[in-house]
Amino acid sequence: MSERLHELDRPNSYIGKSVPRPNAVHLLQGRGRFVDDKVLPRMVHAAFVRSPHAHARIRGVDADEAKTLQGVIAVFTGEDMAAAIAPWSGVLTHLAGMRSPEQPALARDITRWQGEPVVMVVAQSRAIAEDAAALIEVDFDPLPEMCDMEGALDSDAVVIHPELGNNLCWERLVETGEVNAAFSDPANTVVDRTFTFGRHTGVTLEARACIADYDQAEEALTFHYSGQSPHMMQAILAKHLGFEEENVNVIAADVGGSFGIKIHTYGDEIATAAAAKLLRRPVKFAADRFESFVSDIHARDHRVKARLALGQDGRIAALEIDDLTGIGPYSVYPRSSGIEANQVLNLTGAPYDIPAYRGRARVVFQNKNVMCQYRAVGHPIANSVMEGLMDDAARQLAIDPAELRRRNLFADDAYPVTSVTGMKFADLSHHACLGKLLDMMDYEGLKSERDALRKKGIHRGIGIVSMVEVTNPSPMFYGVGGAPISAQDGATVRLDANGAVHVSSSITEQGQGTETILAQIAASAIGVDIAKVKVTTGDTRTTPYGGGTWASRGAGIGGEAMLLASRALKSQILEAAATVLQARPEALDIEAGNIVDTGGTKPRMSLAELGKLVYYRGNELPSDVRPELIATRHFRVTDYPFVFTNGAMASYVEVDIETGMVKLLGHWVVEDCGTVINKKLVDEQIRGGVVQGIGGALYEECLYSENGQLQNATMADYLVPMAGEMPDIEIAHIETPSCTSDLGAKGAGEAGTCGAPGAVMNAVNNALEPLDASVAQHPITPERLLRALSVID
Amino acid sequence: MTAARMPISLRINGEQVETTVQARTNLVDFLRNEQQLTGTHVGCEHGVCGACTVRVDGRIVRGCLMLAIQANGTTVETIEGQSDSGKLEELQAAFHRHNALQCGFCTPGMLLTAQELLDSDKPITREVIRDQISGNYCRCTGYQAIVDAVEEVAIARRGASL
Amino acid sequence: MKAPEFDYVRPDTLEDVFVLLDDETCDARLLAGGQSLIAALNFRLDAPELLIDINRIDGLSGIVEDGDNIRIGALTRHVEVENSQIVARHLPLLSKAIGNVAHAAIRNRGTFGGSLALADPAAEIPACCLAYDAIITASSSSGNRTIRAADFFHGLYETALEDHEIITAVEFKKRAPNDLVAFDEITRRHGDYAMAGLAFSAAAKGKIEDPHIVFFGISDRPIRAVEAEAILEGARLDQPAIAAAASKATEGIELSSDTSASEAMKAHLARTLLNRALTSILEEKP
Repeated sequence: MSERLHELDRPNSYIGKSVPRPNAVHLLQGRGRFVDDKVLPRMVHAAFVRSPHAHARIRGVDADEAKTLQGVIAVFTGEDMAAAIAPWSGVLTHLAGMRSPEQPALARDITRWQGEPVVMVVAQSRAIAEDAAALIEVDFDPLPEMCDMEGALDSDAVVIHPELGNNLCWERLVETGEVNAAFSDPANTVVDRTFTFGRHTGVTLEARACIADYDQAEEALTFHYSGQSPHMMQAILAKHLGFEEENVNVIAADVGGSFGIKIHTYGDEIATAAAAKLLRRPVKFAADRFESFVSDIHARDHRVKARLALGQDGRIAALEIDDLTGIGPYSVYPRSSGIEANQVLNLTGAPYDIPAYRGRARVVFQNKNVMCQYRAVGHPIANSVMEGLMDDAARQLAIDPAELRRRNLFADDAYPVTSVTGMKFADLSHHACLGKLLDMMDYEGLKSERDALRKKGIHRGIGIVSMVEVTNPSPMFYGVGGAPISAQDGATVRLDANGAVHVSSSITEQGQGTETILAQIAASAIGVDIAKVKVTTGDTRTTPYGGGTWASRGAGIGGEAMLLASRALKSQILEAAATVLQARPEALDIEAGNIVDTGGTKPRMSLAELGKLVYYRGNELPSDVRPELIATRHFRVTDYPFVFTNGAMASYVEVDIETGMVKLLGHWVVEDCGTVINKKLVDEQIRGGVVQGIGGALYEECLYSENGQLQNATMADYLVPMAGEMPDIEIAHIETPSCTSDLGAKGAGEAGTCGAPGAVMNAVNNALEPLDASVAQHPITPERLLRALSVID
Repeated sequence: MTAARMPISLRINGEQVETTVQARTNLVDFLRNEQQLTGTHVGCEHGVCGACTVRVDGRIVRGCLMLAIQANGTTVETIEGQSDSGKLEELQAAFHRHNALQCGFCTPGMLLTAQELLDSDKPITREVIRDQISGNYCRCTGYQAIVDAVEEVAIARRGASL
Repeated sequence: MKAPEFDYVRPDTLEDVFVLLDDETCDARLLAGGQSLIAALNFRLDAPELLIDINRIDGLSGIVEDGDNIRIGALTRHVEVENSQIVARHLPLLSKAIGNVAHAAIRNRGTFGGSLALADPAAEIPACCLAYDAIITASSSSGNRTIRAADFFHGLYETALEDHEIITAVEFKKRAPNDLVAFDEITRRHGDYAMAGLAFSAAAKGKIEDPHIVFFGISDRPIRAVEAEAILEGARLDQPAIAAAASKATEGIELSSDTSASEAMKAHLARTLLNRALTSILEEKP
């Protein structure tokens, strides 16, 4: 570990220790505090009439009968809500040329996807609100739909927003180096393939939920929500509902899974806040599962045409990709729906030293649910495309896939380096990770086993990927584009009279272990028992200002802020103690909650004694000594737009070529997320991410009919990975601390989801290799696999 | 059809409860909204996700697929009761040690589902554990840590050989 | 979603149930295990006026031996079938199949009769009943009538049951110990409804007698592969016979696709299942 971390590397440091999460205990006892668990006085409940059509004109709403139903408080239409809510537009200015029209909370005049909220009912119970919703008659006049993204830019395509002239939301082109020359050089080998990635969605087990509590006396709104970014929501609610920002308090207590789903602006949630204001009483909206499927953001839905040129030595000469993605009828506010395509352009081929690159991304509107950022935004697409091409190339050149990667990965001593796609990399370790992966999985042994079984008609395959993951983004991600999204986070640390330390942070907890690692950092940096550290997150009124938890930024940015604040508090404590003990601050240290002589362990004074002296018996201090035992520090990443992590991953599968079923036999991950604060938590982030990635590779897909009807909007029909099919996942680490912070931590929350789809796809294709078949459409369903094998046509 | 409330008498977590309930109210909504037992969660309302798992007369059921009125005369146990009684102590500790939960939304259902297997006389292997919890969604963990935790308790109770 | 309003009664006797079912002015549903009905109510896919809860009626539950017959009460929970020694000994196909029905919590509550009355085309129990020539007892105010499983399943969620009838029991002939039995299904995930499934039963006295090949999850109901059965009838089980039967597996069967698989996929899976089942029997009994 680097020298700058010496203070965290002491015998009693918690950094690197798998401390169990203190805040998991209440969840184990059924004492969680999820939004829907909360009941407020006079609280009423919302339900929504949603559009059954992908595209239709709304000619009228008849709610007369619904309004007479006993227990119904109010019915609001799109027009009603338009008077209370300013519309929004999900455009980021740094994504040049991006367009998206204003989006209302509830559809007005025209509804543009099946599931778009159209009418809101507020009633004494959710059941009554649903009874009333069933009585509301909306006169829809169906319009021709524009669903298939492939035809979105055709001249005869239905234009969803006529004022824009066509269905293009955003387009970006990148070109570096001599691309054409590389592809036309007869000495080079070229592989090409079209990859498709189905739409999927997050399926957080706790569906979206919020309670809006309006205080007329203060003109204030308290918004209890299940989400990741309280300060962002505070700014959005204030702006679009006409509150002073300081009068909006957003609280996120326990959050039942999020994965990027609960970080966007949803019309039904904003309408809930507006209803609370209009009705002057608390309103709860808790989405049911059907609503989740048709209104939670969807993700992926990309088609990428890609080709790769390599010299006979196996060195990459050029890469070209063309990405098309359908994002629904609006770019989602405020993060926009262009980021995923942008990430595909930025990250495809990122682990490799590539001399020439051309990329095009087109983001188009369509009459399907909106698409936006979900765990590992763009990464699984970028990674699967590149790693799929690498395996194709390895086959063609008859070079072992691991060896082909070795020849092209950036050398571990090459950093800092800028990739052909323009990404600035530091502190990566691709070769070390790949080497460790191959050892861990016994690559040579597995290959022998696979080959021996092939002779017996058993089709097993090995898939390897190398990957990078965007973490710890700087303001260059969103803030630069005008979004109210903080790239910095704050931490406040306070010593109390009994020697306990209260800390608060603007990063948030959805089960990753945020609060645990904050406590580990504070306890280690200050020198107290972790049991003495109490953590507050998820409340805009009581925590420092910051971005929250997303883009694998919690530990790296929020953790660094906590380290800086804890150091500051420690200095304050030592200064105060020095006065009392008549010593120099530099001669003192804190060890296990006691002031000790530097290098010693014998307690000279406990923090509790110091606290009591400062807070209760200040008369014993010289009158010019006014100790501050509270410190706040903030941190943002500078010098680099992002802090990248890297890793390598492998999957071992068996394909049943008669049924198309893929059995996952093993999965291995080596990840370099810099300083590992809590191995258990990092490992579990990776495992959970891998399984979500496997979901994308094998199971998950929002199946739409040609006219934009979601066909599988139930949990029985939309398949997510379950315990019975998942493999055990082995994980190891390389630790190259980030040079951008003292803590050196990079993110790890999305690595699994980034690499798993490509690894599984490559393993399946490796298994199919002797049969001269392969697949490039995710999810790899049994039927798609059998079609690839021409078993069915 | 009426919104009339019907009398219901049942034992919930050891306490006799005499109250009334609407016919259409399912067991999990009754427990959460009318008995303030919010440890049991609602995840799908169509019997797939397992978040609403409770015990009725000693057996796990989906709380969303049973009407509250059907629980008339039964004994209902929820995560709160099972936790307070200490019956889940080993399993909770193992879940905590293994970090077998992240957001915790599935956890009450997962614990009660695993408990039914541990209390049975079925042979227990990792595969059997995976089968037992195959009807309980967890979107955070990837399941391995849950299997590890349940296996550890099984070994502690039954000896290393299982 | 929350279920719409309905009335609820819990009769103590079958006679009380008959009175309610005979009231043609009332749109009623029988509530047994409720594992599909309540999900449908929660989704507001069904909105009956009345639910008749039959869960506390005496005599509707249990598994009994009666000479050469086994009688399974309509209210018998799947878990009881799963744990039954009688079923394991005399109805091995059912014993193999039952663990594939959904998940533990569903099996604790779902009922044998309920599964038949629902007649989901991808469900295991109806297929087993068809493979074993079960006799279903339907009761009403006009008495009991028996319906052969072969005559019971009429289509997607449609059965021979009349609106005023209730399934009270299902009877099976005990099977001989040397019967040929196979059960298999293809599901993407544990406990899911099958993309395609097979319940197979036949007597074996040197040659195959009375083969019952029942596919589920491929058509609008559990369905016998009569063409393939005809090939096996009286045949010696060997690879040519297996190949011939498998090639005719879905002959004459009207296939139904769903979001999990096309008709071509289902036909292929059916052939594969039959081939594998018969091959495994062949390998077990050299």
